[in-house]
Amino acid sequence: MAQVPESPLLELRDVCKYFGSVNALQDISLQVNSGEVTCVLGDNGAGKSTLIKMLSGVHAPDAGELLIDGKPIRLPNPRAAQAQGIATVFQDLATVPLMSIWRNFFLGNEPTKGWGPVRRMDVGKAKSTMRSELAKIGIDVRDPNQTVGTLSGGERQAVAIARAVYFGARVLILDEPTSALGVRQSGIVLKYIVQARDMGKAVIFITHNPNHAFLVGDRFVLLKRGRMMGSYLRDETSVEALTEMMAGGAELQQLSDELSKLADAPEIAAMAEEAKELAQGAEGQ
Amino acid sequence: MTVTAADFQTSGPAKAGDERLTHVGRATRLLMRPELGALLGAIAVFVLFMSTDATSNHLWIHQTGLAAWTQQASVFGIMAVPVGMLMVGGEFDLSTGVLTGVTAIVMWFFMDKLHWNAWLAIVGTFAFAAVVGLVNGYVVVKTKLPSFIVTLATFFVLRGASVGGVLKLNAGSTQVSLTGSHYAGLATAKTIFGSSFLASKALPNGYQTADLWFVAVTIVGAWVLNRTTFGNWIFASGGDANAARNVGVPVARTKMMLFLATAMSAALVGIISFTQASSAVSEQGVGYEFFYIIAAVVGGCFLTGGYGSAIGAAIGACVIGMAFEGVIYAGWASAWDFTFLGVILFLAVGVNTLVYQRAMKARR
Ligand SMILES: Nc1ncnc2c1ncn2[C@@H]1O[C@H](COP(=O)(O)OP(=O)(O)OP(=O)(O)O)[C@@H](O)[C@H]1O
Ligand SMILES: [Mg+2]
Repeated sequence: MAQVPESPLLELRDVCKYFGSVNALQDISLQVNSGEVTCVLGDNGAGKSTLIKMLSGVHAPDAGELLIDGKPIRLPNPRAAQAQGIATVFQDLATVPLMSIWRNFFLGNEPTKGWGPVRRMDVGKAKSTMRSELAKIGIDVRDPNQTVGTLSGGERQAVAIARAVYFGARVLILDEPTSALGVRQSGIVLKYIVQARDMGKAVIFITHNPNHAFLVGDRFVLLKRGRMMGSYLRDETSVEALTEMMAGGAELQQLSDELSKLADAPEIAAMAEEAKELAQGAEGQ
Repeated sequence: MTVTAADFQTSGPAKAGDERLTHVGRATRLLMRPELGALLGAIAVFVLFMSTDATSNHLWIHQTGLAAWTQQASVFGIMAVPVGMLMVGGEFDLSTGVLTGVTAIVMWFFMDKLHWNAWLAIVGTFAFAAVVGLVNGYVVVKTKLPSFIVTLATFFVLRGASVGGVLKLNAGSTQVSLTGSHYAGLATAKTIFGSSFLASKALPNGYQTADLWFVAVTIVGAWVLNRTTFGNWIFASGGDANAARNVGVPVARTKMMLFLATAMSAALVGIISFTQASSAVSEQGVGYEFFYIIAAVVGGCFLTGGYGSAIGAAIGACVIGMAFEGVIYAGWASAWDFTFLGVILFLAVGVNTLVYQRAMKARR
C-alpha cells in the first residue's frame, strides 16, 4: 500500500513555530505521501493542530521549509493551500454560526452562474450539492437555510467534514474529526478516509482514539511537547503500542491505581479496570 | 493487512421525508427576515404622522409629503445601505458623514479653483473618496485596530481639513459656492445628480433625482449582499473572521472593498448635494454618520456583525427621513426629532435581539 513516490506530496523540513515565548513546534521533519494515511498522535497541547495549520496556510513556519511535490512553497493564506488541493477540517470546524448550512458549505468556493454584473451564486446547485454530500455522511438536512449555529455539535462536524471531502482534491487533513460524532457517523468518516486514500489522495488524520488510528493509518507520527518523538509504519506497531505512545504506559498504570482508590462507584471501578487492561496491554508490547 | 472501504458496514443515509421536519410556513419565514422589524416600524411611523398631521390639507399622505420625506431619506439611504453592509462585515465607519461634506468641497475646489469640467471634477471627487476609503480599510486590516477608532481618527482629520481648507481657500468664509455663470459640464451633471423629476401642478418641485440614486444603491446593495459570492464573504467576515479566513475567504480584501464602498457612496452624496446647491459649507455632514448607523440598526443589521440586510437599512433610512419631516408636519418643535429617533433606535435594537435569538434557535 505505502509505495513511496519519487518526491513526497507534502514535506516539512526542520520546521519550527513559535507563539511569543512558546515553542509550539521544534524541528519537525515530516513526509506525507499520496495514497497514504498519516496519523498524527500526541497529547493535548503537543502541537498537532499547529502542525496541520502550517500545512493549511493558516500559520507560516518561523523556520524551516515546506515542500509540495519536492518544490519549496510558501502558503501565505488558507486560500493558497486550497489552490494546491489541500482541504482541512479544523478542530474548531471553521464554520460561521449565523450563516446557513449551504452558505457555510460553499464558503470561499461558491458555485456561480451568469456572467459579468449578473454573475451570482448558483443557490439551487449549492443547496442540492450540500444536501447530497451531507446525506452521504449520514446527515439528513431538514432545511438548507437552517443556520449552522443551531445544528448539533456532531451535525456541525459533519458539515465541516463533508465540505473538506468535497473540496480536497489532493490532500485531506482532519483534526479530530470524530470527536463529536456518533458511532455510525464515525464509521462513515473512517470509510471516507480509506476512500480518499484509495483515490490516491494524501490523508492526514489527527485523533485521540488509537483504535480509529490503527484501523486506517499507514504511518504514525508521534508528537510530544512540540517535538517529533518518532514515526512508525503500520507493520512496526499495534493498537496497544499506539495506546502506549498516546498515553504512556507508566502514566496509565498510575491512573489505574488512582482510580482504584476511588472505586466505590461501580462505573469508576469499571474505568479503573479498563485503564489497568490498557496499561497491561501496552506493557505486553 | 489493511482495511478497504468495504470493511465499514454502514447503513444508508436516512430516508427523505424526515419525520422530525416541522413544516416552516411562508409566514414564519417572513418573520425571520432581518428587515421585518424595520418594515413594521416604517409603517407605524407613517401612520403616526398621518394621524398627527397638522397641515391644513393633510399633505403627509399626498405627493407633497412623500416628496419631502424621500428627499431626506434618499441622502441618508445612499449611505445607510453601504454602512449597513460594512456593519454586516463586522466594521464601522465614522468618517462617512464628514466625507459627504468634504467631497462636496473637493468638487467645488476642482471646478472653481482648478477650472475643471464638472464631469472631470466628479471623477476626481470619486478618486479622492476612494483614497480615503482604501486608507481606512488598509489601516483597519493591517493594524487590526478596531475600525471604530481608526475611522474616528479619519473623521477628525477630515473635519479639521474641511474647516481649515475652506477658510484658507476661500478668504475666511466657511461657505464655498460656484459664482459666475458658466461652468463647463455643470448643467448635465446637475441633471443626472442634483435635479428633480415628475414636477406637476400638485408638486411644483417634483421628486429629487437623489431618490432614484437611492433606489439604485439599494437594489445593487441587496443584490450584492444576498446573491453574490462577495456577499457571502461579507456575512462570513463579520460572522467569524477567523473561520472565514480558514476556509479561504479573502477577509482583508472583503473589508477593504466595503470601506471603499462607503467612501464612494459618500462621494455620491457629496456630488448630489453640491450639484443641487452649487455650494457647500465646512463641517457639512458632520454627525450624520450616526444617522447612517441608526438606519442600518433599525434595518436589522447587527452592531456585532454577521447579520443584516441592505433593504432593511434602506427602510431604516426612510424611517429617519419620515421622522425628520413628520415632526415638521405634525407641527412639533423640531428639536424633538432627536428624541423620537432615540426611541425608534431603542425599539429597533429590541426587535433585533429577538430576531437574533430566533435565528440562533431551532426554526419552528
Ligand atoms: N495562536 C496561538 N497563540 C499562542 N499559543 C498557541 C497558539 N496556538 C497554539 N498555541 C500553543 O501551542 C501549543 C500547541 O497547541 P496545539 O493546538 O497545536 O495542540 P494540539 O496538539 O492540537 O492539542 P489538542 O489535542 O488539545 O488539540 C499549545 O501549548 C498552545 O497553547
Ligand atoms: Mg488540536
